[in-house]
Amino acid sequence: MIEWSVITESLPQYTSGLWLTAQLTVLSLAAGLMIAIPLSVMRISRKRLVAGPVWAFTYFFRGTPMLVQLLLIYYGLGQFEWIQAQWQAGNTFWLTFREPYGCALVTFTLNTCAYTTEILAGALRTTPHGEIEAAQACGMSRVTMLRRILIPGALRRALPAYSNEAIFMLHGTAIASTVTLMDLTGAARNAYSQHFAPFEAFIFAGLLYLTLTFALVGLFRLAERRYLAHLQPRKAIKGHTA
Amino acid sequence: MTQLTVEDLHKSYGDHEVLKGVSLSAEAGDVISIIGSSGSGKSTFLRCINFLEQPDAGRIHVAGEEIRLVRGGDGHLKVADAKQLQRLRTRLAMVFQHFNLWAHMTVIENVMEAPVHVLGLSKAEARERAEAYLDKVGIARFRDAYPAHMSGGQQQRVAIARALAMEPAVLLFDEPTSALDPELVGEVLKVMRALAEEGRTMVVVTHEMGFAREVSSQVMFLHQGLAEEVGVPVDVFDHPRSERLRQFLSGSLK
Repeated sequence: MIEWSVITESLPQYTSGLWLTAQLTVLSLAAGLMIAIPLSVMRISRKRLVAGPVWAFTYFFRGTPMLVQLLLIYYGLGQFEWIQAQWQAGNTFWLTFREPYGCALVTFTLNTCAYTTEILAGALRTTPHGEIEAAQACGMSRVTMLRRILIPGALRRALPAYSNEAIFMLHGTAIASTVTLMDLTGAARNAYSQHFAPFEAFIFAGLLYLTLTFALVGLFRLAERRYLAHLQPRKAIKGHTA
Repeated sequence: MTQLTVEDLHKSYGDHEVLKGVSLSAEAGDVISIIGSSGSGKSTFLRCINFLEQPDAGRIHVAGEEIRLVRGGDGHLKVADAKQLQRLRTRLAMVFQHFNLWAHMTVIENVMEAPVHVLGLSKAEARERAEAYLDKVGIARFRDAYPAHMSGGQQQRVAIARALAMEPAVLLFDEPTSALDPELVGEVLKVMRALAEEGRTMVVVTHEMGFAREVSSQVMFLHQGLAEEVGVPVDVFDHPRSERLRQFLSGSLK
């Protein structure tokens, strides 16, 4: 039998867990995307010295499990005396890496940034050559071309692939619970250990994840309708008679 | 006033010499058609004028100003000053065979883009200009459509409006009707004819012999990288001097 009381009694924890999960997802996606835009431009550079470091960064973060990355940052950094000294000195930047919240946010941001960089770099590479020539021919500088033609076009083409990345990220934040954070999964583990009712505890968390996923998918569908209008079947054009 | 001069342009791809010293001079109001079989170097010549291809040798003046070139370490010519090239490119608008509109922008955004972000016009000025040129090419009612939702002929007319919105000294046309379905060629040629009649300076690489004959002030026949014959349409079309041109014309005037 299903014990509904497990859920009702733990509802406040689930609510704050939901909030933390949403927060980690949105903040890491936003920061990751912001950093990924310049990195993707560097990634497609013909200069090895520019593209190489970005390549190394994305291969490390895409080539290792996010859980390992989180444990490395959360437990691993504290091993270094230099960082301990920074903590002692009250350096606010390095203190971020003593808190589980800071460690999770940094890990998630870097991880999604690596994937997003590759998605955007791929989209930049598929810019139709004619669009670049048209920009050159009208006297655009390289910076203007990036800002006005290449990046806006690439962001749009990348949208379907990026929506998958966003959903993976939402689900990936579940590992925040391994470094003591009370996210949605953390709240479910807590409810389970208090009531010894694993099915109720985790199915409710699952349903909440599902709801968040649907919300995210809905947002991306709206975004695609707005930003990919040029790739969709045409609607009737006013006054068009052909 | 001379709008464009090209002197002794050379271009090779590896061992293959595509242009072996081609020159051209366009006074204001001139319409110069460049004809020739495929592989004659006519598109390459046009693309060298605005440096979409790097010429190996030659001099180019746009509206009285010479594009400054230096010889790079590898022996190839390079543009000495990227800013100058950008500035002179705004004086040389180009219309491409495949239109090359920016897919994520609507028609009016395509036409406003360079006037706002290259010439520095205000949005309001650029919009007014764009509306006027879209109207001129007969496509104003599509201002909010995306290029992918239009026919090739309509897209090419937008591309012409985009070029006009720069108010350039010279319009360069690179086979503007070659990618169009036969029934759409007429609408684009009609627009180009109107532009010629209002005295715009144009250099047109084309396979449309009717257009070249009726509209041009000068016709240049390129063959194997050389200007085999240059002259007014009557001379070139009705009294070809070289065997090559005679052969070419008998092949294309069926």
